[in-house]
Amino acid sequence: MARPVKPAPEENSALSDKQPWPLWEVFVRSSRGLSHVHAGSLHAPDAEMAVRNARDLYTRRNEGVSLWVVPASAIVASDPDAKGEFFESPKGKDYRHATYYTKSEGVKHL
Amino acid sequence: MSGESATRITPGNALRPEDIAQQVTDGSKASEDIAEYALRLGDDALILAQRLGWWISRAPELEEDVALGNIALDQIGHARSFLTYAGSAWGKSEDDLAYWRGESEFRSSYLVEQPNGDFGRTIARQLVIAAYQHELYSRLVDSQDETLAAIAAKAVKEVDYHRDHAEQWTVRLGDGTEESHRRIAAGFMSVWPYVQQLFEDDDLFDRLGGIAVRPSELRESFDAYIAAVFAEATLEVPDVQPAMTDKTRVKHSEHLGYLLAEMQVLAREHPGASW
Repeated sequence: MARPVKPAPEENSALSDKQPWPLWEVFVRSSRGLSHVHAGSLHAPDAEMAVRNARDLYTRRNEGVSLWVVPASAIVASDPDAKGEFFESPKGKDYRHATYYTKSEGVKHL
Repeated sequence: MSGESATRITPGNALRPEDIAQQVTDGSKASEDIAEYALRLGDDALILAQRLGWWISRAPELEEDVALGNIALDQIGHARSFLTYAGSAWGKSEDDLAYWRGESEFRSSYLVEQPNGDFGRTIARQLVIAAYQHELYSRLVDSQDETLAAIAAKAVKEVDYHRDHAEQWTVRLGDGTEESHRRIAAGFMSVWPYVQQLFEDDDLFDRLGGIAVRPSELRESFDAYIAAVFAEATLEVPDVQPAMTDKTRVKHSEHLGYLLAEMQVLAREHPGASW
């Protein structure tokens, strides 16, 4: 996936006009009560066009009632190479799951 | 919600060309005059769609390929409904009308027949036709002819987006770089001679009072809309004379024949083929 390329300072304006459009991440909500779900990404020159492009690319089959677009550069992500260590802590901690506990006798509506 | 995708995919509910075809089968038949009117609306949509389809794989960015492709498909949808309804007057199907009529039997306007040119010229043509169609369909929803009103009600919502798309690009190109301004201004200069024809009345409209929308009535609001967009886009209405056209829409620009040759070749080479 191409990332937006910042023009080098020495580049003249005619060249930098041709830089690729920035990348946007698209989130689609399919109906009321559900959350927005990441659908993919796209290129657009600015935020208004990004919403329109998202409409054209990701809601062609009636997938959504709401769209969010976010500049890809604004998303801070965890490091995929460090996922072992980063996500190690919760492993083995069964007591953080409801199923770890036995239901007390006589408790209704649980 | 188990087993259901978070991004649900459904066709949704809207009037489809197949519904019009069903109504026709059930005996709903357009009069000769209404059919002529539906033919004009349908042919504008069909020829415009054929033109716009050319952009797929050729637009400045992949996203624009899809945007223009979607707009073309919307227009194909409108064309199918209008042509199906028009065909009911003569026992012809939408395909009969799209693929088996000659140039002089089409009723498209000069504007939609104009070549795509560069992206600026296509956007200029889009702004004009979408603004015109928007004014037209938003009034046609009140037609005494229920089928025309129903097609317009579906179409006006889609054309609203087409107009918005063209408007966004007109403002960005007009108020963009020197080069983009030059190109969009040249685009409007080349399509403007064909604007006048869209707003000309002929005898047909005297016979279709309450059913058709009189084109001349749309001009004022069209001009007001264009003026507002142009002000934002730092563009001026081109000072050019209208081209010699034909308000009855029997005559066409020299471009239509070539367009039809490409559009119709498959159907004529393999009559009865389905795909």
